[in-house]
Amino acid sequence: MPDEKKLCLSGSGLTKVFGLGRQKTVAVDHVDFNFYEGEIVSIVGESGSGKTTLAKMLLGLLSSTEGEIYFQGKQRDISTHRKKQAYWKSIQAIFQDPFASYNMFNKIDSVLLDCIHMRGGRRLPRAKKMELMAEACSFVNLKFDEMTNKYPFELSGGQMQRLMIARIFLLKPNILLADEPTSMIDASSRATILSMLLNLVFETGMTLIFITHDLGLAYYVSDIIYIMEHGKFVESGSPDDVILHPKEAYTQRLINDVPKIHEEWDLS
Amino acid sequence: MSKVMLEVKNLTTKYITRFGEDIYAVDHVSLQVEEGKSLGIAGESGCGKSTLALSLMGYYFPPLHYTSGEIIIDGRNISKMDPDDIRRSVLGTEISYIPQSAMNALNPTQKIINFIEDVINAHDEYNPPTGIYDLAKESFEALGLSADVLQKYPVELSGGMKQRTVIAISAILFPKVLIADEPSSALDVTSQKMVIKMLKYMMEKKLIKSMIFITHELPLLYNVTDDIMVMYAGQIMEKGTSREVVFDSLHPYARGLMGSIIVPESGLREVKLAAIPGVPPNLKNPPAGCRFAARCKYVRPECEAGSISLHDIGDGRAYRCILSEKELREIYAREAEKNAR
Repeated sequence: MPDEKKLCLSGSGLTKVFGLGRQKTVAVDHVDFNFYEGEIVSIVGESGSGKTTLAKMLLGLLSSTEGEIYFQGKQRDISTHRKKQAYWKSIQAIFQDPFASYNMFNKIDSVLLDCIHMRGGRRLPRAKKMELMAEACSFVNLKFDEMTNKYPFELSGGQMQRLMIARIFLLKPNILLADEPTSMIDASSRATILSMLLNLVFETGMTLIFITHDLGLAYYVSDIIYIMEHGKFVESGSPDDVILHPKEAYTQRLINDVPKIHEEWDLS
Repeated sequence: MSKVMLEVKNLTTKYITRFGEDIYAVDHVSLQVEEGKSLGIAGESGCGKSTLALSLMGYYFPPLHYTSGEIIIDGRNISKMDPDDIRRSVLGTEISYIPQSAMNALNPTQKIINFIEDVINAHDEYNPPTGIYDLAKESFEALGLSADVLQKYPVELSGGMKQRTVIAISAILFPKVLIADEPSSALDVTSQKMVIKMLKYMMEKKLIKSMIFITHELPLLYNVTDDIMVMYAGQIMEKGTSREVVFDSLHPYARGLMGSIIVPESGLREVKLAAIPGVPPNLKNPPAGCRFAARCKYVRPECEAGSISLHDIGDGRAYRCILSEKELREIYAREAEKNAR
């Protein structure tokens, strides 16, 4: 850990409003945040709290209604497609639904090949490309030989999500945004995916923004937790403070709603 | 000992693929649920949990086929009954099923009340619409749902509300056994809690006599059901009370599942998550010996030799492993000691 934390991504007064007039929905409501380099940040909230809208704005997939996003201290500029592509070299995402994340007409090796090309490896010799792809696959415990001639839909959900991590391994972005990466996967492969993700983050020192509705997961992975309710951050702090000693009523309610093992689950 | 509501003896069912291959997704499963009790079924995806749930209803449609075994509901053997008889006189009244994506089970072009009319008329003798409305209103209000819901279309309801509506409909004919197949996995924690409260309330008020709850979320299972059965590759791996299976599991697979529990409690951050390596075996040609052998940390050459039977160690506790209870406990104690150091 460096002594002085470098600002990686920050926002001030970030707002997103959908619709107009009577049908106006404020999805994200004047949110301020500072994410530092190398941190693991969790954003926790119920469905409909605006987590995914915030994620899309951070990725540059949605424009904000109000407010600014600062990337590495400077105001983020994604006004042209070229600038957007440059921005996406440093921020990448893993989405909730692995089945919807791939182009179903592309074979898996071309998915990985695209990643190598994106990192400027277009002119590398073929053998070197193959080696890189095999390395990425072995990082996530997939066999590259079995993958080459397959289409994404031939894989299981867990395998697809692991392939997503292999993509990130090749791309090596500064920031990784994981939007509920394990919510569609059963509990035992969840641990596998999570440990791979954390390994990757520790190896490359990237910033991880982890979006989830699962407080247990957030508590396990993160350095800082933000709790989101109706588009606002209601509470933030270290996981021990937020999860074990919550101050806000909303956080307390969320924690009470999670089934526990060692403590009594209050079902009243 | 209270009355046994559901008894299953050596039930085996198979899928026949379009290439004519047999896949035994439920392999000699025996279980018992007593009146007022609930049984949880845990396991990874693809281990036969949902197939077991479908098989228990005795209503088979291709590619699922019945092979052998008996299903006895409250003293009545339904395993060899005609499918039409089962639909008329067993489903809904004796055994009821909440599918995994229950919210998609509602017909989008029908009001909830019309859907309920169809359900009741299909599974019970003919009832006049007014009688049905009164019955539906009564049971919805008992479960804390407003009677306004009855006059709404499914699109007007939220996900959690739809799920609770389906659960209320499934219990409308007071079934003896309710099978809930991941009823809350598509919901967030708050709606999940409401669903669980509703199921518990139904058990308390005896609207349903017994329940089978299927999920891969062990913390949830531990809090909801009395007993837990762990399934792997179509077979029962371990059976026991919830407390026994979660805190004192004997089978290496059950123990592996417990290692992947993530709950927001103090001490979680110090624990290292231990996932089970590998994937479940292909059931087209399952391994001859222990089906878990390929992924087991404590595998021995004998494990792969022949099939392994379920050891019953009394009090409804059983596990499927070549090692004796004493040997297993010694192994775990040694491992715990090593981890402590």
